Amino acid sequence: MTSRGARIGFGIWTMLVIAFLWIPLVIIGLYAFNASPIQSWPIENWSTHWFHVAWNDPFLRSSFRLSVEIALAATAIALVLGTMASFAIHRFSFFGRESFSLLLLLPIALPGIITGMALNSFFSFAGVQFSFWTIVVGHATFCVVVVYNNVIARLRRTSPSLLEASMDLGADGWQTFRFVTWPLLSTALVAGGLLAFALSFDEVIVTTFTAGAQTTLPIFILDNLRQGQQLPIVNVVAFVIILLTIIPVWASQRLSSFDDSPAVGRAAAVTAQTE
Amino acid sequence: MAVDVGRETGPLRGARLSLSGAFWRRPWLRLLVLLLVPAAAFVAVYAASLGAMLASSFWTTDSFTAEIVHTWTLDQYRTIFNLDDPTYLRIAARTIGMAVAVTVTDAILAFPLAFFMAKIAGPRTRSFLFVMILLPLWSSYLVRIYSWTTILSSSGPLNWMLNGLGLPDANLAFTNKGMWIVFTYVWLPFMVLPVYAALERIPGSLLEASYDLGGRGLRTFRSVILPLALPGLAAGSIFTFSLTLGDYITPLLVGGPGSSLIGNIVSEQSASNLTFAAAYAMVPVAVMVLYIALVKRLGAFEAL
Repeated sequence: MTSRGARIGFGIWTMLVIAFLWIPLVIIGLYAFNASPIQSWPIENWSTHWFHVAWNDPFLRSSFRLSVEIALAATAIALVLGTMASFAIHRFSFFGRESFSLLLLLPIALPGIITGMALNSFFSFAGVQFSFWTIVVGHATFCVVVVYNNVIARLRRTSPSLLEASMDLGADGWQTFRFVTWPLLSTALVAGGLLAFALSFDEVIVTTFTAGAQTTLPIFILDNLRQGQQLPIVNVVAFVIILLTIIPVWASQRLSSFDDSPAVGRAAAVTAQTE
Repeated sequence: MAVDVGRETGPLRGARLSLSGAFWRRPWLRLLVLLLVPAAAFVAVYAASLGAMLASSFWTTDSFTAEIVHTWTLDQYRTIFNLDDPTYLRIAARTIGMAVAVTVTDAILAFPLAFFMAKIAGPRTRSFLFVMILLPLWSSYLVRIYSWTTILSSSGPLNWMLNGLGLPDANLAFTNKGMWIVFTYVWLPFMVLPVYAALERIPGSLLEASYDLGGRGLRTFRSVILPLALPGLAAGSIFTFSLTLGDYITPLLVGGPGSSLIGNIVSEQSASNLTFAAAYAMVPVAVMVLYIALVKRLGAFEAL
């Protein structure tokens, strides 16, 4: 069908683009083992010295802990609200349903600076002091979308006759939920939750607009990058973050097929919007 | 799975049955319970925030106390659209130009890759490539930008490689060109995925029919593949365009003195002059609305 030459051409292009995507990640991985505090290429001496320094940095530890706490709280809120919203929109038709489902996608379709600036105006107007919880609220707005997308995709592929069969066989609402709905949904929830966690853990733009004195891990990295300080520690953190994100993405890939893959998260959001 | 639920008896079961019966008979009650909490949360936080931003953009900030003065005025918009001092118009134009350049570059890079994944690669290669594209997408955005600051720096790997080949230094650090490369890099997966999804849906028989009718390479591409892939390109371009419009980390870390984008101004002014920052943040909102209307008009949405 496609000529042999064209196939080879497409293959080479693909390899080059994949290399373009990966070379920067590999380079950061190598810099993490650079013994010298000065970043220059090629790396002359190798060492794991900066891993010890990073591990023992109290400020880095506290910002890491804060990021984990925020991501857990935002994910918990997102799981509850996202699941409820997806059930409401999937199972019922009501006035404003289409607009509501479209509005839910806004936090992820609009650039982060708009979500951030909007929340900043809102908190300032309402006189709310920036705190741990303002960051959580900011993150939850876009985490909800990830869970919602994921759960509704699963619901769409689930036959409603399963629930009717359960009711016909004498199960009440709770039993139907426990023995039919829950087993069908659980992997979608885990996958959505993992990705919501990853999104929140990585978020920097919305955080800068909703944080007071709090320093999350991305803010720690950003501050050091802006001032050009502690770059060897940043290298180590970057390397570890790359390794850590591989785990949830890999896990969520295994838990869902391409069609409802939450990893396509944002892409699916806009595609759904255009349908 | 054998689940012994039928034989359960007792008052608890009775209460549960009548409760679920009550919900079953009144669908509006179920809907209310399910919808109320997320809808209320969404309206109370997100919609109210967008409203607060819009309202703030029509107020002013006292320049001494940084307090917001709640009198309605178009002052902020006059500052932005001031033709005598087009600083902010110039920054907006630079931002939109960058967004267009990044979108076009990403489309060119992504299309052959997506085509290879959808139509040439076998299932195993395809899922491998899929993971290879998803992992950079989900690994930290900050880290990916940072890695480019090390690559582009004067003593970084890029210049080392160029010098090794006998070429002069590239001098891309802290320039708009460097910024263009980094944006293209960071948003590329957002273009690949929707284009792949669109190409995957094209039945192979359509391509075969085109070849059988004598449509060679380019002709099939132009008359069959491209029109059918357009919705994917449109969806991808919405991401690359919108994400570039709203970013300020890339110009901050990779850009130079003349690289400020809309996002930088919004972020710098948000503490000292919130009302101006809110008004300037409305610019990307307006541009996105226009862009989506334009893409709709091109017919890309109907083709889905």
